[in-house]
Amino acid sequence: MAERPPETSREDANARGAGMTAPEVEAWFVRDVLPLEAVLMQFLHRNWRNKSEIADLRQDVYVRVFEAALQKIPDSPRAFLLATARNLIVDRVRRENVVPIEAIADWEVLARDEPGPDRQIMAREELHRLQAALDRLPPRCHEAVVLRQIEGLSRREIAGRMGISEKTVKRHLADGVRALADMLYGERPDKP
Amino acid sequence: MSAETNTQAAVPAATIESEAADWLMERDSADWNETGQAALDSWLAQSLAHRIAFLRLEATWGRTERLAALRNPDGARPFKARMPVLFAGIAAAAAIVAALGFAGARFVSAPADRVFSTPVGGRELVSFADGSQIELNTDTVLRTHMTTGARTVWIEKGEAYFRVKHDAKSPFVVIAGRRRITDLGTKFFVRRDLGRLEVALIEGSVRYSGGNRRTSELLQPGDDLVAAKETSLTKKTAQELANEIAWRRGVLVFRHTTLADAAAEFNRYNRRQIRIADADAARRTIDGTFLTNDIEAFTDAAQTIFGLKVRGGANTIVISR
Repeated sequence: MAERPPETSREDANARGAGMTAPEVEAWFVRDVLPLEAVLMQFLHRNWRNKSEIADLRQDVYVRVFEAALQKIPDSPRAFLLATARNLIVDRVRRENVVPIEAIADWEVLARDEPGPDRQIMAREELHRLQAALDRLPPRCHEAVVLRQIEGLSRREIAGRMGISEKTVKRHLADGVRALADMLYGERPDKP
Repeated sequence: MSAETNTQAAVPAATIESEAADWLMERDSADWNETGQAALDSWLAQSLAHRIAFLRLEATWGRTERLAALRNPDGARPFKARMPVLFAGIAAAAAIVAALGFAGARFVSAPADRVFSTPVGGRELVSFADGSQIELNTDTVLRTHMTTGARTVWIEKGEAYFRVKHDAKSPFVVIAGRRRITDLGTKFFVRRDLGRLEVALIEGSVRYSGGNRRTSELLQPGDDLVAAKETSLTKKTAQELANEIAWRRGVLVFRHTTLADAAAEFNRYNRRQIRIADADAARRTIDGTFLTNDIEAFTDAAQTIFGLKVRGGANTIVISR
């Protein structure tokens, strides 16, 4: 856990001159950080009582990690992500005078890099996982996403096929991608 | 901790995510245009939280595209229409069995689906049972789905050279995000960088389809198509194209190439990165052939030909005046 989580503000960062370009950081974020979301969510759930605030915490952690990466890409994304989450919780606890559930439980354990299939999921497993996630969507939402992403129909065609307005199709697709993001990134792959 | 971080939760994450999903679906629509893109760019620029929320959903949406591999080529519905839960029972059980059986035939047959990747500086030639070959350049990831009825390759990033045995019954399709290249009997290469796709045809013919499903080009030999924010098509000579795929021989060929572009090429193949610190120096052009990992030969040339200063570290080499 050698790396220090971000303690500087964006102003400081700009004064030093950003080290990485935004596309580089975006690519790194999608490749190395998003696959760790399940671990991050597990950590936040164990350490934050108010479940309605978890999504906001996750967002703040991501913003801090992204800002830091614009300076330098951390060597261990996992350790860095969790150290950032821990610091954020410590800050909140100090400021709001609340007591965390398990006083930052299992940070050390979770932060250990685990070698494993996280990065290189075989195409087959990926397809299984995608299909399982898709099948958990509500029926109408499921249908709209299948028609769009698998059958490649336009929104108008989907509206005709499902007998609903294009606007409703868009609503189903937008709801679908949000639910899929939580399933594909926020949950462990082995979850049913 | 900075005050800035404290105020970030002012807009709930759920609101931002909902807006991001709307933008993503807006962009995915058939009538997406420059006005929309400008509005999206400005929304993205408003805060990092916006950008991250969008990036996360965009990555999710991109992943689900892989399910298109399950599409039944006959045009039949690949998934059983879902039954209302109330009417579950035997019919639904049968549907599940059918779906699993289908899945088994499509992608559980082990070697049909594979992932190939090369590290920075790596190169790999993959031969398939049908006689087609794919050669992966440095820092490349691709997935393949090869069955008798369909041959699909997803290029996640990097560059690859394709030599395809044409088979009208089994189209060979290369997919990069929403863009696709369909082989009609051919040698071509595809390079995918962030936000940019290049397809160059050496022999035969391929059809290129853009993300919005309206752009469709039948490429001729010598055509070099670059799809970024705009799509452009240029003609290249056989020699120019040969130079572009000189990496297959382990070399980089530069012809009136600026030092900046040449350095960027070397940086694709080596962990040790070259940085040209001086705008004037960056604009100088060079000619020559270099081994992809021979950074010294390049810095020597910069030093002796242009009289530039070279400062070397373990990870970075800085070239300046």
